[in-house]
Amino acid sequence: MTDQEKPKKSLNLETAVSRLIIVRDLWKAYDNGKVQVLMGLDLDIFEGETLVILGRSGVGKSVLLRQIIGIETPDKGFIEVDGKRISDLSMYQRFNATRSMGMLFQGAALFDSMDVGENVAFYLRQHHRELSEKEIQRRVVEALNMVDLKNVERKMPSDLSGGMRKRVALARVAIYLPKILLYDEPTTGLDPITAMQINGLINKTKKELKTTSIVVTHDIRSAMEVGDRIAFHDKGKIVQIAPKDEFFQIEDPRLQAFFENAILTHKSLGAR
Amino acid sequence: MNSKLARAFESLGAYIQMILKVIWITIRRPPQFSLVRDQMYEVGVMSLPVVAITGFSTGMVLAAQSFFQLSDKGLASATGLMVSKAMIVELGPVLTAFMVTGRVGASMCAELGTMRVTEQIDALRSMAVDPLRYLIAPRFIAGTAMLPILTIFSSIMGIIGGYMIAVDYYGMASNAFLDPLPIHITVFDCISGVVKGLVFGIIIVTISCFRGMTTKGGAAGVGRATTNSVVICYSVILIINFLLTLALNSSYDYINEFISRWFWA
Repeated sequence: MTDQEKPKKSLNLETAVSRLIIVRDLWKAYDNGKVQVLMGLDLDIFEGETLVILGRSGVGKSVLLRQIIGIETPDKGFIEVDGKRISDLSMYQRFNATRSMGMLFQGAALFDSMDVGENVAFYLRQHHRELSEKEIQRRVVEALNMVDLKNVERKMPSDLSGGMRKRVALARVAIYLPKILLYDEPTTGLDPITAMQINGLINKTKKELKTTSIVVTHDIRSAMEVGDRIAFHDKGKIVQIAPKDEFFQIEDPRLQAFFENAILTHKSLGAR
Repeated sequence: MNSKLARAFESLGAYIQMILKVIWITIRRPPQFSLVRDQMYEVGVMSLPVVAITGFSTGMVLAAQSFFQLSDKGLASATGLMVSKAMIVELGPVLTAFMVTGRVGASMCAELGTMRVTEQIDALRSMAVDPLRYLIAPRFIAGTAMLPILTIFSSIMGIIGGYMIAVDYYGMASNAFLDPLPIHITVFDCISGVVKGLVFGIIIVTISCFRGMTTKGGAAGVGRATTNSVVICYSVILIINFLLTLALNSSYDYINEFISRWFWA
C-alpha cells in the first residue's frame, strides 16, 4: 500500500457525512521550483469535524491552509470547498467563495493600527455596511464574550499578551459565523495553561458556531484535545490519517520518530 | 550575475503589474472615501510643515547666493526671476518629492512591510479583502493628488523666502523682484512643475508600496526594504526628473499651442 492510498482508504469509511473540502494532487513550490513544499497532497475534510494536521515545522502544513482559504494558489491539483473549485477561480471569485471561511494565524495577525474593537468589527465594516453601528458594537461585545474577554475594546493589540491576541483573533473570525475555521499553530508560543484555554476555545467555537475546523499544529496534546481525526503530514503529503483513538495505535516509523522527538523536546523543556 | 539580472527584471515586471492593477482597481472598484481621506491627510496635510521649511529655506539660500554672486556683475535685478524659475520648474518638485519620500514613502514601506511579515496582509485576504484595494489604492490616489499641491506650496514658500532675503535683507526694491515674474514665468513653467509633482507622487507611492508588499525576513527585512525603497525613490526621481525636463522642453511648442488654443482662445 502506498502512502497516498492509506488516507483515501481511511476516508472512504466515513460515507455518511458529506465532504466539505476536497484536496486532490496538490503541488506547490517556491523560489522558482527550488523548494518543493506540497507534493501531490490528497485530503478530504468532512462537514462538522475537527481535523488536526500534525507534522514537523517546515513540511508545508501552513501552506496547505493558505491554499484552502485562497491566499495562495496551487501549482497543480485542485481544492474544492463546498462544491466550488476555488483553486480555479479568479481572485474576486475566490473572495466570494471563501467568505464563509476564517483563519486564525500563528501570530494572531491583528491589525496594529486598530484597537481591539475595530479589529473584531473589521469584517462587518467591510462586508456588511447595512448593519448599524449599534448592531456592530453589540456583535463585537458578543464575540469578545465568546472568547472570555471583557472591556478590552479600546486596547491596542500591542498592549495584549500572546494568549489574549489569539483570543481577539478568534473573536475577529467568529463575529461573522464562518462555516469553516482554519487554525495555524494556535498554541505555539503559549504557556501550557494558556494553550489549554485556547484548546478549550477551539472546542467551544466548534460547539457554538457548528464549524468544520482544520487545526495545523505540532503540539500532540493540543491534537488530542481538539481533534476528531488526526492526519500526519510529512514531505509534502498526508501520510497517515485516522480517527483520534486509532491514530496513536498506527505503527509507522515516521510517526513514531515524530512522537519520540516531541516527547524528548517536552522532557528537555521540562528539565530547564 | 545572470540570476541577479533575471530577478531585477522579474521585480520590474511585478512592479509594473502592480501599478496596472492599482490603476484598474482605482477606476473599476474605487476604495472607500474614508480611506482615501485619511491618506490625503497623512500625505498632504502632515507633510506641509516639512515641505514649507524646505521650500522656504531653499528660496532664501537661492536668493542670498544669486544676489551675492550677481550684484557685482550688475545682474542683481535677475534675482527674483532666478529664484522663482528655479523653484517652480526644478527645486520645488524635486525637493518636495525628496521630503515626501523621507517622511511618507519610508513610513508607507515600513508599515506595509510590517503588515506583510506579521501576516496582516494575509489576514486581509483571508477575510475576502483585496490588499491592493484596501491598502494601496487609497495611498496611490492620495500621493497622486497631493504631490502636485505640495509642489505648488513648496514653490510659493520658496519665492516668499527668496523675496524676504532679497528685499528685506539685501535691500532690493520690491518691484525689481516681483515685476519680471508675470512676464517671464509662463504657464508652461507652472505646468512643468505640476506634471513633475504628479509623476513623482506616482513614483514615491508605487515604489514604497511595492517594496513594502514584497518585504521578506522579519524586522531586519522591514529595515532593509525601507532603506532600499528610499534609495530607489531618490535615484528614480533624479533620473526621471532629467528625462521629464528633456521631454517637456522638447514639447514646449506643442504645450504652448495647446495652452493658447484651450485656455487663451
